Amino acid sequence: MPDWMLWITSHGNSKIVALLLFFTTFCAILIYVYTGKERGVRLESYKYMPLQDDETDLNAAGGEEEMHESGKN
Amino acid sequence: MAQTGIGSAEQYNYEIIKKFAIMALVWGLLGMATGVYIAAELAWPALNFNIPEITFGRLRPVHTTLVIFGFGGSALFATSYYVVQRTCQTRLYSDWMAGFTFWGWQTAIVAGVISYVLGYTQSREYAEFEWPIDLIILVTWVLYFTVYIMTVRRRSQPHIYVANWFYIAFILVIALLHIFNNLAVPVSMFSLKSYSLFSGVQDAMTQWWYGHNAVGFFLTAAFLGMMYYFVPKQAGRPVYSYRLSIVHFWSLAFLYMWVGAHHLHWTALPDWTSTLAATFSIMLLLPSWGGMINGIMTLSGAWDKLRTDPIMLFLITSLSFYGMSTFEGPLMSLKSVNALSHYTDWTIGHVHSGALGWVAMVSFGSFYHMVPRLYDTRLYSTRLVYVHFWLATIGILLYITAMWVAGIFQGLMLRSFDDYGNLAYTFVETVVFLHSPYVVRALGGLFFVSGVAVMAYNMIMTIRKARVEAAELDAKLAAKMARI
Repeated sequence: MPDWMLWITSHGNSKIVALLLFFTTFCAILIYVYTGKERGVRLESYKYMPLQDDETDLNAAGGEEEMHESGKN
Repeated sequence: MAQTGIGSAEQYNYEIIKKFAIMALVWGLLGMATGVYIAAELAWPALNFNIPEITFGRLRPVHTTLVIFGFGGSALFATSYYVVQRTCQTRLYSDWMAGFTFWGWQTAIVAGVISYVLGYTQSREYAEFEWPIDLIILVTWVLYFTVYIMTVRRRSQPHIYVANWFYIAFILVIALLHIFNNLAVPVSMFSLKSYSLFSGVQDAMTQWWYGHNAVGFFLTAAFLGMMYYFVPKQAGRPVYSYRLSIVHFWSLAFLYMWVGAHHLHWTALPDWTSTLAATFSIMLLLPSWGGMINGIMTLSGAWDKLRTDPIMLFLITSLSFYGMSTFEGPLMSLKSVNALSHYTDWTIGHVHSGALGWVAMVSFGSFYHMVPRLYDTRLYSTRLVYVHFWLATIGILLYITAMWVAGIFQGLMLRSFDDYGNLAYTFVETVVFLHSPYVVRALGGLFFVSGVAVMAYNMIMTIRKARVEAAELDAKLAAKMARI
């Protein structure tokens, strides 16, 4: 087994291995999310999903103007 | 009335959501009332009446189980079934499976409460259910996972909205936590008693790995799923940054897993584990505040809504409490602060600023948004929402300030030494000091539960109004048909 594989499998190095794995993954997620103009536009387009599900719902926009008191109040 | 509501009711399974929403309110009211009673017992112990079934030791798990699993759990089932159907634009995968999750969950809650009152408990915090009830929860949870995942799989949207990611993480992690924390060997097939597979410090570690991740994934991640759907919906504008929500999700999911050991500072737990947990707790501040800012900034440019919309007030205040308690948490996880705060009422105050301020308030806001839509009507009274909001806010503030005073002074008194190195105060002196804060805490709880009673009344009247409107509509249609 090559030395670098032996180093990875050594129990004493598990914390550094975990750090490298997780930190690299985190950086990869950051790079994926915040680079690429088209990807950014695509990802941001998903934020409209909750607003697309009830265009004709009278309650849809929320806020006081959409709410009204019942006759008793 | 909202015509789409009728279509939606056919397109989606709303019946199961209504059931869970109603039970969330029932359990919320009962659980919080129990909380007020046991708070009063701590201030005035005579309220025990020497009846074992209603002593603090037995009613405390009744309170925690009812508010966390009864109220919080039912609210999560309700909102997750609502959100997954609306954002995937498809009906729940299986009506009978969803129905089973309702009856399974409610059975577990009722059985748990009865068993605690009778004195049966596994003695694991927030997991006091004895093994047969654990098995009911297990089956229910597997079906919940199946319904959720299969519904997501048959979505008619190309993308899975981020709220669903939080809900899926919650379902997956809770399954993992529930199974491993409850590994136990029953004394016999016909005995409720069982013994944990773990012992000593491993047992403590397992319990707090479960305990804090239950906070992280049951009381945080899942309610963030709620936030990511209901805040934009109520605001009528999209979440501030979708990309931030992605980073928020992954960093929160990763960091939370490691922090449970901060509950075991200064114990037999190895020091490095304790330090690791404190380090991750500090790092957790970043995703927590990232998510809070993402939620609050959704209102950017429309802050005036806070002046006119009490539901928005609930949702944004809940995020403020989320920010506050996720700042307080890392602070308390520092070993030096923990040396003062642990084993005092500061911890109880911290838990309730998160549970009442964040979990309950975001649920109230979401329910005020969701319930009228489920019944295809409008809310009975907006004024009552304001009344509820102020009762809740005053209640929380009284509660947490009383517990800060109680906890910090309790900690200081327990650590005080005189000139000769002897303890300056006896334990009983700290108990005497705690009486006044305990009275204020009970008063705060009373305010909060009164608010929930107002909400329950508002919801009952909303549902009644919807039924009257539906009956009128039916009568009109029948009259029209008769003329034809």
